[in-house]
Amino acid sequence: MFDTALTTNDLIFLARGAGVTLIVTAIAVFFGTVMGIVFGVFRYQVGPWWAAPLTFVLDIFRSIPLLIQLVLANAFVTTVLGWRVSGFTVACGVLSLYTAAYCAEIVRGGIEAVPPTLRRAARSLGLSWGQDMTSIVMPLAVRIALPSWIGLALGVMKDSALVYVVQVVELLKSAQILITRLQEPLFLLIVCGSFYFLISFPIARFGGYLERKWSRD
Amino acid sequence: MIEIENVRKSFGALEVLKGIDLTVAKGEVLTVIGGSGSGKSTLLTCINGLEPIDSGRILVDGIEVHARSTNLNQLRRKIGIVFQQYNAFPHLTVLENVMLAQRKVLGRPKAEAEAEAVRQLNHVGLGDKLTVYPSRLSGGQQQRMAIARALAMSPDYMLFDEVTSALDPQLVGEVLDTLRLLASEGMTMICVTHEMKFAREVSDRVAFFHQGVMAEIAPPAQLFEAPESPDLRKFLAATH
Repeated sequence: MFDTALTTNDLIFLARGAGVTLIVTAIAVFFGTVMGIVFGVFRYQVGPWWAAPLTFVLDIFRSIPLLIQLVLANAFVTTVLGWRVSGFTVACGVLSLYTAAYCAEIVRGGIEAVPPTLRRAARSLGLSWGQDMTSIVMPLAVRIALPSWIGLALGVMKDSALVYVVQVVELLKSAQILITRLQEPLFLLIVCGSFYFLISFPIARFGGYLERKWSRD
Repeated sequence: MIEIENVRKSFGALEVLKGIDLTVAKGEVLTVIGGSGSGKSTLLTCINGLEPIDSGRILVDGIEVHARSTNLNQLRRKIGIVFQQYNAFPHLTVLENVMLAQRKVLGRPKAEAEAEAVRQLNHVGLGDKLTVYPSRLSGGQQQRMAIARALAMSPDYMLFDEVTSALDPQLVGEVLDTLRLLASEGMTMICVTHEMKFAREVSDRVAFFHQGVMAEIAPPAQLFEAPESPDLRKFLAATH
């Protein structure tokens, strides 16, 4: 039924693209989450007034399309600042900030969902602010925020397809290159989609597993 | 000894404590009664520094609670407080709930903290629930766990803020029994409560709060049998 010119080498080429997608996503989600936690805790702790400048900056990253951010950031860094950085670095940087902007909201929402009376009880036992944050707030906020965070990670993985504009050849770009050469767009997109599914599915299932595990408490 | 001297406290324009003077001696059981909004719960949260005060001062064993130099986290080890809401930490088992602050705040070794937790949980009748998560406990059991959690810190004082108010009527008894047990063991306690019968039984003194003022304080027999102020008479008539 299938008569395709796709060779094993092409598949390896695609797999390499998938690897780039995974690495870019992993870096962005890692640094984005770390920054998101810092920004989210800061926003919660200082209140809306003092956090306004930060909120404004994060809103910029959330509201401007990623494609535009990538192109502008790349132009700014390489042309205006004259830095010699690779497209890969720019892609990771922009995607990390983009992730952080969303993650900060998830973190803030998670912290706000922990009942104040519970925190008051923790403090009344003599726990310090830091101990309350790590022993009570964090475990509970993580449970609340996990589904949104998994959604964010999967979203970033798919959004990372846009980093082709800064000359990073990730999964989708690899597929496009093959499409140009082999002229089998539908088949190649199915293969490419399967790759995306293969990377996303375990993450989604892992999230589901954690939710089930924690709901037993 | 807890010494409260002319304490005033407002929430915005509303003055909830209008100059409270009160001394609670070691080993004394004081219950505080009064209508809602009378300031009695606020007083408890001020005693362990959860709420700031506007003026006056509170001394616990001679240490001024609201002084800048006071290490509140350290002071709170001496003062256990149990609230109306049970506030069980839902992600920890009953045993872990009672062990957490012992480990983090007192720095007790695991084995010691666990032994103490087991002892306190047995004490409040939850010895068979150690590995259970709080969601599996009834309200009364959760409240008893909260009491064990506070007791495990070996506090010198225990504050109870309407600990039976959120419970189903049939569960009130088990929690009050726990409080009676503590009182009989000589624990220094301040109980804010709506349980008049309980107040009458266990208290050395009963204080009646009305609109931010301590209107009357006396041994229970005197306070309940011969109330002096009209407000207290009205309050007692309404609660009977």
